[in-house]
Amino acid sequence: MNATTTEAVLAETEEPQAADLFAKFEPLIQERDNLLAAGVRDPFAIVMDEVKSPTEAVIDGKDTILLGTYNYMGMTFDPDVIAAGQEALEKFGSGTTGSRVLNGTYQGHKACEEALQEFYGMDHAMVFSTGYQANLGIVSTLAGRGDYVILDADSHASIYDGCFLGNADIVRFRHNNVENLEKRLAKLPPEAGKLVVLEGVYSMLGDIAPLDEMVPIAKKYGAMVLVDEAHSMGFFGEHGRGVAEAQGVLDQVDFIIGTFSKSVGTVGGFCVSNHPKTDFLRLVCRPYTFTASLPPSVVATATTSIRKLMHAGNKRAHLWENSKRLHQGLRDLGFKLATDEPESAILAVLLPDQEKAVRMWQALLEHGLYVNMARPPATPVGVYLLRCSLCAEHTAEQVEQILGMFEAAGKATGAIS
Amino acid sequence: MTDRATTFASVKDLIEPFNAKGVELDESTTFAGDLEWDSLTVMDFVASIEDEFDIVITMNQQAEIETVGQLVDAVEELK
Repeated sequence: MNATTTEAVLAETEEPQAADLFAKFEPLIQERDNLLAAGVRDPFAIVMDEVKSPTEAVIDGKDTILLGTYNYMGMTFDPDVIAAGQEALEKFGSGTTGSRVLNGTYQGHKACEEALQEFYGMDHAMVFSTGYQANLGIVSTLAGRGDYVILDADSHASIYDGCFLGNADIVRFRHNNVENLEKRLAKLPPEAGKLVVLEGVYSMLGDIAPLDEMVPIAKKYGAMVLVDEAHSMGFFGEHGRGVAEAQGVLDQVDFIIGTFSKSVGTVGGFCVSNHPKTDFLRLVCRPYTFTASLPPSVVATATTSIRKLMHAGNKRAHLWENSKRLHQGLRDLGFKLATDEPESAILAVLLPDQEKAVRMWQALLEHGLYVNMARPPATPVGVYLLRCSLCAEHTAEQVEQILGMFEAAGKATGAIS
Repeated sequence: MTDRATTFASVKDLIEPFNAKGVELDESTTFAGDLEWDSLTVMDFVASIEDEFDIVITMNQQAEIETVGQLVDAVEELK
């Protein structure tokens, strides 16, 4: 047997090479490597060395104004909130080590659920370990085989993942398009169970949903309605209950989903409802049942914060002032924003491509301002943006400082002339 | 033209705005492989198909559709 024949035999008998599981990520890996090779910092690898207040931190040794957190109501350093957490840590220890349905329900979890019931004026509340898990659990548990989930195309990943975890048929409608929602609902079998999933504030563009039109349409077709108010809790509506309250349709919403990691200022998720069977979900909702409950200090801080948010009218008013001033100021400088008017505490500054967005993001950081850079798939196709999230604790002076930084960075990078 | 041929022609027209690489379209053209569409493009395109034909294609049904021909068959069935 000559050498060539041996190689041929070997090639025939060799085990087939398994596919590289990372190969599918190669285009993204390349894109990221190219970006970093161009000398910019990684926008997704920011480390806060020190956090001085809800609006200030030290990043890479530099004092920085925070305009990219979800700390809308600035509760993270509230003295009462911190004291409640410290007391719970002392009295109940550092963690529960177990699930809510076994050893993981402490007095603090019940107190937190009572605070949520009062906050929303609803009969039932379930606390989850994160907002992500609240959506994952409720969407996947409510809608089963033969049912339909009808969701906005721009829905948060946790809602999509809830759909993938369940067995229902999933139907999307165009973002915030009332007519499109109705067309889809009209095409579905009238007798099938239906869950329409909406969000109060859409986090990437900072736009709000026309819930006053959408919720009645969902009801007309016999659907249950779930509204995710993650980015609106504390800020919208007379009692801070969200966009559904502000638009007068809260009483028609079956389930409100929310989070503690934004306005409440800690971590966790929840579902509130007037549905009489809500509590049964505790036994059948996998992301609730099969995970550890929140540590006592976390539910204690959440409870105190939620109770304080019931009376935060002044903070709400100041946050609206900040949002209006920053929106107008950025437009006057020549920036393009995702919404014509300020609709929420989120203002999205649109940039033409990833490179411009990253350069602008880095220039702002060098001036001492942190914002979020976002790109697809977190944003719609072709949309690159810098997301600014205001806090009720930003002072009027800080807002002017922020505008000065945007002007300097915008001119330096050519984003504005 | 048969009904199916008419549907095929309409589907081709709807693909064009998303056909960034100018791929020649036939029955066996695949959305992920040949057209190299990502999930966001698919989402936009499916919405335009649903609006054009006044049908609903669930995400579950979409997962089964890989080629232009399969999409045309699905549209024919759902119409």
